[in-house]
Amino acid sequence: MEYLLRMENVSKIYGNGIVANKDVSFSLKQGEIHALVGENGAGKTTLMKILFGMEKPSSGKLYLRDKELDINSSNDAIKHGIGMVHQHFMLLDSFTVAQNITLGIEPANHHFVDENAAVAFTEQLSRQYNFAVDPRAVTGTLPVGIKQKIEILKALARGAKILILDEPTAVLTPQETEQLFEELVKLKKQGYTIVFISHKIKEIKAISDRVTIMRAGCSEGVFNTSEISEQEISNKIVGWKIDTSIHKKEHAFGEARISVTNLSYYGGEKVPILQDINFQVKSGMIMGIAGVQGNGQVELAEILTKSRRVESGSVKINQSDIQSMTIKEMREKGFGYIPEDRQRQGVALTAAVNENLISNKYDTEKFCNKGILKKKKISEYARQMIAEYSVKCSGENGRIDGLSGGNMQKVVVARECMEETKVLIAEQPTRGVDIGAAHIIHQNIVKLRDNGGAVLLFSADMAELIKLSDVLAVMYEGRFVAYYENLSEITEEELGLYMLGIKKQDESQIRRMCYE
Amino acid sequence: MRELLNIIFTAQFLHSVFRVTTPILFASLGAVIANRAGVANIALEGIMLISAFFGVFGSAATGSALGGFLIALLSGLICSGILALFTLYYRANVILGGIAINSLASGGTVFLLYLFTGDKGSSTSVASKTLPEIAIPVLKDIPFLGDILSGQNVMTYLAFIMILVVAVFLGKTTLGYHIRAVGENLKAAESVGINVKLTQTIALLLSGLLCACGGAFMSMGYLSSFTRDMVSGRGWIAVAAEAIGRSNPIGTAAASIAFGFFNAIATAASTVGWASSLVQTIPYVSTLIGLFAFSYKEYLKLKKR
Amino acid sequence: MSREKSFHVLRTTVALIIAMLAAFAVIFMVSDTPIESIRLFILGPFSKPRYIGNIINTAIPLIFSGLSMAVVFQASQFNMGAEGIFYFSGAVISLIAIWVPLPVGVHQVVIILAAAVIGALIMLIPGYLKAKYGASELVTSLMMNSILLGLGSYLMTRVLQDPMASNGSYPYLDTAKIPVIIPAFKVHYGLFIALLCVAAVSVFLYKTKWGYEIRMVGINAKFASYSGINIVKTIIIAHLVSGAIAGIGGSVESIAMHTRFEWNGLPGYGFTGALIAMLANNNPVSVIYAALFVAYLSTGADIVARLSDVPAEMSTILQSLIILLIASERFLHSFKQRWMERGIAK
Repeated sequence: MEYLLRMENVSKIYGNGIVANKDVSFSLKQGEIHALVGENGAGKTTLMKILFGMEKPSSGKLYLRDKELDINSSNDAIKHGIGMVHQHFMLLDSFTVAQNITLGIEPANHHFVDENAAVAFTEQLSRQYNFAVDPRAVTGTLPVGIKQKIEILKALARGAKILILDEPTAVLTPQETEQLFEELVKLKKQGYTIVFISHKIKEIKAISDRVTIMRAGCSEGVFNTSEISEQEISNKIVGWKIDTSIHKKEHAFGEARISVTNLSYYGGEKVPILQDINFQVKSGMIMGIAGVQGNGQVELAEILTKSRRVESGSVKINQSDIQSMTIKEMREKGFGYIPEDRQRQGVALTAAVNENLISNKYDTEKFCNKGILKKKKISEYARQMIAEYSVKCSGENGRIDGLSGGNMQKVVVARECMEETKVLIAEQPTRGVDIGAAHIIHQNIVKLRDNGGAVLLFSADMAELIKLSDVLAVMYEGRFVAYYENLSEITEEELGLYMLGIKKQDESQIRRMCYE
Repeated sequence: MRELLNIIFTAQFLHSVFRVTTPILFASLGAVIANRAGVANIALEGIMLISAFFGVFGSAATGSALGGFLIALLSGLICSGILALFTLYYRANVILGGIAINSLASGGTVFLLYLFTGDKGSSTSVASKTLPEIAIPVLKDIPFLGDILSGQNVMTYLAFIMILVVAVFLGKTTLGYHIRAVGENLKAAESVGINVKLTQTIALLLSGLLCACGGAFMSMGYLSSFTRDMVSGRGWIAVAAEAIGRSNPIGTAAASIAFGFFNAIATAASTVGWASSLVQTIPYVSTLIGLFAFSYKEYLKLKKR
Repeated sequence: MSREKSFHVLRTTVALIIAMLAAFAVIFMVSDTPIESIRLFILGPFSKPRYIGNIINTAIPLIFSGLSMAVVFQASQFNMGAEGIFYFSGAVISLIAIWVPLPVGVHQVVIILAAAVIGALIMLIPGYLKAKYGASELVTSLMMNSILLGLGSYLMTRVLQDPMASNGSYPYLDTAKIPVIIPAFKVHYGLFIALLCVAAVSVFLYKTKWGYEIRMVGINAKFASYSGINIVKTIIIAHLVSGAIAGIGGSVESIAMHTRFEWNGLPGYGFTGALIAMLANNNPVSVIYAALFVAYLSTGADIVARLSDVPAEMSTILQSLIILLIASERFLHSFKQRWMERGIAK
C-alpha cells in the first residue's frame, strides 16, 4: 500500500451550477504532513469537507488503505479515523477543557457525568501527545493557541489517525504558530498523518513534506515540498486571464474621499486584525484591495460601513469623520455600499424589486413628497434601472427573491451606483454572478468612477481587480504589504508573492497610499 | 400602609409567599431547561392551564390525587410534544406557536369544562381531589420559622427541591451537558454527533412536565377546583422571571420568588382594604419594572462594547 | 397573482379545511345531533338577516384589532397589547360619553380621537422598551394588558359604576352613540369607520415613507439599518399606529354596540386580531375578509351553542388550530417546492 488515503477523480458541483471541485485527485502517505494550498474558491476546503463527510461528492471515489470508503456523515469519517479541526472553533466557551474534549463521549456513571474520569482522560491524552492543557480551565478564558490544541486533542480522543487542519494558523501569534508546528512534528513522529490547509506559503515550506496545489477547482499537481520553490508555488496558485473589455477614462484624480489614518483593530482578539492601516482613495479612483480572504479585508469594510467600531485611528468619508455621522447622514452625502452578503444585508428578500431599489433614496425629494411616496416616479425609476441593467425579472413589483443571484446583485448595484454616489465601497461585487451580469456591473462601477466617484473595491477575483482598478493594494495579516500605482507593473508572480506573505514592499513604497 | 407592613412581617404572610411562588417557580424552571437548549417555550401559560384542568378531572375520574397529578403530567407532556412538533419539525414561528397553544388552552379548557360539568365558570361541582399539605416534624415546632416552612403543600416543597434538581441536572448529567451544548453552540454540538433535534425535543418535554406540576398545583393545591383562565398570566411572569434570571436555575428561582412576593403583597393589600382592582396589578407592574431594569442593564453593557 | 402569493392562499385554504374537518370531528364526538349541529354551524349564520348583520357587527371590532396587529406584525414585532387597549380605551372614553355633552357628530369624533391618542400613548410603553432597550414586547404588552384591566376595573368601581344598574356604568348620552345603518341587519356606522381605517392603514403602509420603513424593518432589520433607516424610531411609530387603531376599535365598539360600559374582563379581541392578521398575511384589505371569516365562524359557533349542545368555545379552538397550521413554514413545505418549481418551469 503506497498511499494511506486516496481521493480519485472527485468532483463537486452545487445545485446552482457552481463547480467547486473538478476531477480532483488527492493522496496521503502514512505519517506525512501534507499541505493543501490555493486561493479562496480554489476548492481546498470543499475537498476536505468531502473527506470529512460534511459534503457528498458529485462523482469520484475515496480509498482508505486501498479499501473503498463510503462516508455519509462526519460520524462515519470519525469512525474511519479521520478528524477535522475547523477554521472556526467548535468549542463551548462556558465548558471546561475536559468537558469540551469529552463532549458527546462523556464518561458517565448512571447518566451522571464523571468529572474526575473526564479530567483523568484529558490528562492522559495530554501526556500521550505532549500537549500541555489544564483540564479544569474554562475554555472561554483560554488563548486561541490553547483552544486549537484542545480541538486537536478532541479529534485525537475520538481516534483520529488522519488530522485535517483548516487554516490553523490564521488566528495564531507567531509564537503560537511555532508551538503548533512543534506539536505537529511530535504527532508525525508518533505515526499520525496530517493535512494542513493554508495559503501561507512560508509556513507550508517550513512544515510540510508534500504539497497539493489547487486552483479554480482543479488540482495543479502534487509536489515534494523540498523540490518546489516559493515562487513556483505562487505561480501555480495565482493567475488570471487578462480582460481589456472595459475602457476607463484617462483623468487626474481629485480630492481624497476616503481617508484612513493609523487604523488598528483588535475586536476583542489578542492578535490585531488590522495593523496601522493608512490610505486615501481619491475622487475618480478605483482602489482595489487584493488578498486572500481572512487577512482583514472584511473587518476593514465593516469598519468603513459602521458595522464595527473604530477602536483607534480615524476614518473620514467625504472629509467627515464617520464616528460623528449616522449611516443616513453618510448616505445623504453620497455614500454607497455593495455588501458581501447579498441576501442578509443587500436586499429585503420578500420585498419587491422596486422597493429594494429605493431603500437609500425613498425619502429624497425625487421620490417623496411630505411623506407620501411618489409611486409613479418610483415606477419610472425602477423600469429605467431594470432596462439599463437588463435585470431579468417578472416586473418591478415582483418579489426580489424570485430573481437569480446575478439579477439580484444587479439590483443592488443599480441602487448603490447612482449619479449622486461619490464614495462606493464594493465587496465581491460579482461573486456568484454570471458573466453578462458581471460585465454590466463592471461598466457601471467604472461609469461611477469616470464621473468622479471614489471606489474601494474588495475582491477575491484577481481578474476583476486588475480589470477595474486604477491602483492596487495587497493585504496580508491585517497590513498592507504592497501598493501599485501603475497596474502595468504588476506580474502574476510578484503579486502572488505579496498575497501569500512571501514578500513585502518596504515602508516607503506602501506610504505612497497616503498621498502625503 | 402601616397595616400592610404589619402583615408583611407575619409568619402567615411569609408562609403565603412560598405558596404563591410555587406555580411561577415550576414554570420558570421549565423555561430554563427549554431556553438552555435554545428553544423558547412560550406556551407556559397554556400548558399550566391545560394541566390544571386535567389534574382536577383526572383526580375525579381516578378517585385519587396522585392519579390526577399523573394525568396532569401526561397532559403537559402531550402539549409540549405538540409544541415541539410544530416548532422544531414544522418550523412554526416560536412565538406564534406559543400564542396558538395558549389560545387553544384557554378555549379548549372552557369547552371541555362545559362538556363535563355543564358549567362554564368552574369545576366545583366535580369531586376532585387535592394534593396534601405536609407538616414537617420537628420543623413545625420551631417558632416563627416553623410556621413559615412547615405545613406547605407537597408541591411547594417539590418546587423548591426542583431548583436543586434542575441545577444538578443541567450541570452534572450527560443529558444536561448536551442540552447546554446545543443551546450554546449548535454547530459544536452537531460536530460531535449530538442529535440536536432530539435534544431540543427532550428539553421541551421536560419543560412541559415542570409546567404541568405548576398547573396541577394551581387546581389541586392552591385552589381545589378548576376555574376558567385561572392561571391569569403566571406563565408570562415565569417567562419574564427566566429572562431576568438569565436562564440560570438559581437566578430564575430568585426572580420567581421576588414575583411571588409581589403576588402575595397584592393579596395582603386587598385584605387591608386597598382597592382590589388596583392591587391585583402589583405583580404585573413589578414584572414590567423588573424586565425594564434588566433590559436597561443589558443595554448599558452593550453600549460599552 | 405571483406564485408565492398563490401558494400562501393555497396553504391558508388547506389549513382552514383541516381546521374545519377537526371542528366537524369535535362536533361528532360531542353532539348528540352532529349533522344538525354542523348544518347550524355552516348555514346558520346566513339563515336570518339579523344573523348576517351579526357577522358584520362581530367583524367590525375584529377588523380594528386585525389592522392593529397587522401593523406591528409588518414590523416583525409581537406586541399583543391591542387586547388591553381595546378594553381600557372603552373605559376611559366612557367618561366623555357619559358626562361630556357635545353636539351629535362632534361627540363621536372627539371620543374616537381621544381613544386613538390614549391607545397610542399606552402602546408607547412596550414599544419604547423594545425599540430602545430590547425588552421583549410580548411579555411587556401582556403585562400591560393585565395592568390596564386593573386600572379599568378601578375606574369602573370608583367612577363609572351606576349604583342602580345591575351591571355597568352610567348610561351613555344619546349623542355619543353610533347609530345603525339598516335596521333589518342591525349593522352600525362603525363599519364605515372600520373601512376608512383599512383604507388609511393601506395608504400608510404602502404609500408613505413611514410605512415603507416599517415594512423594510420587518423584513430585514439589518438591511434597513444599512439603508440608513432609524430602527428605533420606526419600531416606535409602528407601535403608536397600532395602539391608535386599537383605541379607535375599542371606542367604536363601545359606543356602537353598548349603551353603557359593561365589559367585566378583557373582551378578547387582541388574540383574535393576531389570528386575523396572520390569515390576511398582514395586508390591510385582506384583513376585512379574514375578519368576516372569523366572525362567521364565531357566529356559527354561537348559534350552535344556543340551539344545540356544542359549547361556543369551539370557535376559539378552531382559530388556534388555524394559527398553528399557518404559522408552520414547513407545513406543506415539500409541496411548496414542487409548486414553486412548476411556476419557474412555466
